[in-house]
Amino acid sequence: MTQHEMTAGREGSTLLEVRGIVTRYGLLEAVHGVSFSVAEGEIVALLGPNGAGKSSVLGSIMGLVKPAGGGVIFAGRDITGMETEAIVRLGLGLVPERRRLFTNLTVGENLRLGAAARKDRPQAEKDLADLLELFPILSTRVDQLAGFLSGGEAQQLAIARAIMGAPRLLLLDEPSLGLAPLLVEAVFAMIARLRDERGLTLLLVEQNAVQVLDIADRAYVIRNGSIQMEAEACELADEGGMLRAYLGLKEEANPVGGP
Amino acid sequence: MTDFLQQVLNGLSLGSTYALLALGLAIVFSIMGLVNFAHGELITICGYIMFGLYGLGLPWELYALVGIAGTVGAALVMERLAFRPVRHASPLTMMLTSLGLSILLAAAFETFVSPRVKAVPGPDWISTSFRVAGLRIQAEHILTIVVTVVAVLLLLLLLKKTIIGIAMRAAAEDFNAVRLMGIRANAVISAAFAISGFLAGLAAVLLLSRRGAVNPHMGMFLGINAFVANVIGGLGNLWGALAGGFALGFVEVALRAWLPTSLSGFTTGFVFLLVGLLLIIRPGGLFGQKKAERV
Repeated sequence: MTQHEMTAGREGSTLLEVRGIVTRYGLLEAVHGVSFSVAEGEIVALLGPNGAGKSSVLGSIMGLVKPAGGGVIFAGRDITGMETEAIVRLGLGLVPERRRLFTNLTVGENLRLGAAARKDRPQAEKDLADLLELFPILSTRVDQLAGFLSGGEAQQLAIARAIMGAPRLLLLDEPSLGLAPLLVEAVFAMIARLRDERGLTLLLVEQNAVQVLDIADRAYVIRNGSIQMEAEACELADEGGMLRAYLGLKEEANPVGGP
Repeated sequence: MTDFLQQVLNGLSLGSTYALLALGLAIVFSIMGLVNFAHGELITICGYIMFGLYGLGLPWELYALVGIAGTVGAALVMERLAFRPVRHASPLTMMLTSLGLSILLAAAFETFVSPRVKAVPGPDWISTSFRVAGLRIQAEHILTIVVTVVAVLLLLLLLKKTIIGIAMRAAAEDFNAVRLMGIRANAVISAAFAISGFLAGLAAVLLLSRRGAVNPHMGMFLGINAFVANVIGGLGNLWGALAGGFALGFVEVALRAWLPTSLSGFTTGFVFLLVGLLLIIRPGGLFGQKKAERV
């Protein structure tokens, strides 16, 4: 729990502001006017059950889904409706749902592509060396096809690939999905280190509320396409019962352990 | 035996041309799911560029280079004007767009140049031949095979070593994930069309050096052959396209050489019959299996 104390004093200015975003797929409205913000240096979690619209919110921020209403401000700039590649070049990165690694490319090629849009080649080379140190497993597999990685390795590669783009804000869509509990812990520890050591700001979408609240500063609960509540992560974690009610979790299946 | 080897040489030569065409078609298809039936028209365009320059009295090699450069330009213009507006449409819409473009271009050549065959003479040295162990080897055979091998090696180098090449391979798997790397969609697609134009330009120069003439409709049939080569190899698979192109060349040469004269008019029909039989045995084409496994 030292994370909270460590970061309490370093919350900076607002880096991302989502204002009443609406997402539609044909006639179906998946997100009905969601608003929230992320400050520089924060780890913010977007929690909610399956189908709550979490991924749609991330897709709208990244321009993968064109928002039907509302807006997104990143670093003081309106990025609503911009092309995905332009948004990435402004300093936003996404580790997408199910990772979407290039499985027919090697680990090294995946990482190279992550840095493709960068102009600062020497710094990118240095970042690559740093990342291979941070993710030692990957350094032994640089020449292997990404399709042959295990779930945990693939998740590390997905995160490393996104970081190669040198984002200011990294969005992670369900980084714990499909991983064994021990690996989930390791991945979350990695995410916390990225903020502490690299000054990265992070927005996580998760179903796995319990563990994400260990590293997050603040959390929003999203349900049926709307924000249901916002709270400091430690408050939310203490209110196990409330969280269960909002997320619609079953006690036996997902025990919420207090800190 | 000598006759057989002679036909193998001919098949290799014709197959190379088909392989270059099929590769260009495959690269564009693998990235944006477009079966470009106007791909063959790039050959016609190259032919008319060379025909237009012919009166200037410059060396053939120079016409060929300008023709290839012009074909690359034409492929980029095609993408910009015809295919970009339908990029997010269904594959069927894109395919019909390319078919329409193919017909439009053929009609334009007929109207604005001539419906008749125009001469694009090859260089004098192209028909030079020499005998090795009873085999008549022509300069065109060597040129075709060397150009194809070099082109394939260059393509391989580009796809393996350059960022845009790696991005193109990645885009064949997941286009939006490539955009998430900050790589511009337009850059990847333009690069694919430029390569397909370059390969078509090479194929055109090789083909025209043998045929020595261009007509408004020669592209249509070649475009269909490029597509058939892809179907043989497994649609969208680059190695498949290469193999399919050579297979098509060999089969065509073999049928021409050994079909009884009374049946020689049905060569194309027999080619399609064989392709049909292949698809019954291997519905995904020669290299199509891999794709099915990945799903």
